[in-house]
Amino acid sequence: MSGASTRTGGGLWRVAIAIAWRSLHTYVRRPDLFVPSLIFPLVFLASFAGGLSALGSVPGFHFPAGYTAFQFVFVLCQASMFSGLFTGFSLALDFESGFARRLMLAAEDRRGIALGYALVALSRAAITLTVVTAAALITGMRITGNGVDVFGLYGLAALLVLVGYAWAAGVAFRFRSIQSGPLMQTPVFLILFLAPVYVPLGLLKGWIHGVASVNPATAFLEAGRGLISGVESHTWLAFLSAFGLIALFGIWMLGGLRSAERST
Amino acid sequence: MGTLTTQVGVLARRAMAKTLRQPFQLFPIVFFPIILLAVNASGLRAATRLPGFPTHSYVSFAIAVAFMQGAMFGLINTGTNLAEDIESGFFNRLALTPLRRVSLIGGLLVGVAALGALQSAVYILVGLLAGAHLEAGFGGAVVILVLGALTTLGFGALGCAAALRTGSGEAVQGLFPLFFVFIFLSSSNLPRELLRTGWFHTVATWNPISYLIEAFRSLFIFGWDGTALLRGFAVAIGLMLVALLAVAGALRTRLQRT
Repeated sequence: MSGASTRTGGGLWRVAIAIAWRSLHTYVRRPDLFVPSLIFPLVFLASFAGGLSALGSVPGFHFPAGYTAFQFVFVLCQASMFSGLFTGFSLALDFESGFARRLMLAAEDRRGIALGYALVALSRAAITLTVVTAAALITGMRITGNGVDVFGLYGLAALLVLVGYAWAAGVAFRFRSIQSGPLMQTPVFLILFLAPVYVPLGLLKGWIHGVASVNPATAFLEAGRGLISGVESHTWLAFLSAFGLIALFGIWMLGGLRSAERST
Repeated sequence: MGTLTTQVGVLARRAMAKTLRQPFQLFPIVFFPIILLAVNASGLRAATRLPGFPTHSYVSFAIAVAFMQGAMFGLINTGTNLAEDIESGFFNRLALTPLRRVSLIGGLLVGVAALGALQSAVYILVGLLAGAHLEAGFGGAVVILVLGALTTLGFGALGCAAALRTGSGEAVQGLFPLFFVFIFLSSSNLPRELLRTGWFHTVATWNPISYLIEAFRSLFIFGWDGTALLRGFAVAIGLMLVALLAVAGALRTRLQRT
């Protein structure tokens, strides 16, 4: 099993696709998993875009696509990263139930396990982002960017799914318990909310301006808002940061996988 | 343990100690509302520049939400603790002792109300240190403690009812997002007059949480606003009565099974 000859691309993808199919099948058949991942972004969209729309008229606030689009980008980033996190929860639950340990023994190439759950995260995000986008468009969101910009926005969202997933999977592989859930979500939650969520960076004052200025989530939000409105801002920085975080957390995740291998 | 008060007192002390001794229960009550206050008060400070915003200090405006979040955590902690007692069999053993039935839950709820007052005192202190101004002064602080205790008691009783019905800590935890949605869809971030999206304004107006938040907020911003306080106390007492009825029904069913 552990011989180099078995670590072929074919084995990797066979494991990954089998895991992705099984997990997606479970996901769509269980409302307790399916509903919260949809409810949270929709509540954020309703609460922020609906409840805070008056902030669009704060002096100094200029966003061509309107406040709903401004907040939609935050919800898109949050939903993308949380799709990755929720997949980390599923991995941790699979370890608790013993399924993932059996998988570790049976897999041709164990990296396929990490890849399989990554495919799950991307598929879950596709469902969530479709619903959230439809809800935003129905409630009157305007997109003033062109087709390429919108493609870039969803490309960035896909990278954020992988950022969230790689972080959460690294935690899940190390702790192998759902009790590590707060460790997965708290840092992501804090990083997202220490960015310019409600108003642009220029309108933030005090300590939060300093924190937001060096927070990578600020680059994601500003790039996303630039893409949806067609006025590009920090796009390359956001993509570079996302790729950098995927590389960093990818190493973290593979280290976790090795830790799980040793304990199996 | 002869008298009802002794029985309630002993169980109330146990309920308080159970929460205060567990960092995993204490952390969300103390730090989560404070972190959210810090983030929102800084991120939404620009809202004070909107025409018609009632204060120049967003901390004074936003501190009210911390009391509601604390009460919601009261629901989760109380329900989870009771569910643990049911799952471990402790509740059944307690029910077989000569304890009066009312003491079984009464003690727990008195402990919850005391915790509600305690956590409200912490939020007042943190708010004042963060720069909030309590317009109603010392008397206002006392009213906040009473309203905080009543609100936490109401939500705690809902947690008890859920625990008695389901007997599962996981099911009680599952209620948290549902109740948190009520905070999001209220006047938590802006005054209702500034909620410009029509449907959101309607939802926030029908949402009882808005009136609880506005009662806490009025003491910080306006001083003594009789209408806001009357509505807030009416919601808190109404919630408490409904929740206690739910507890009584669930307790009867649970004890029939014991």
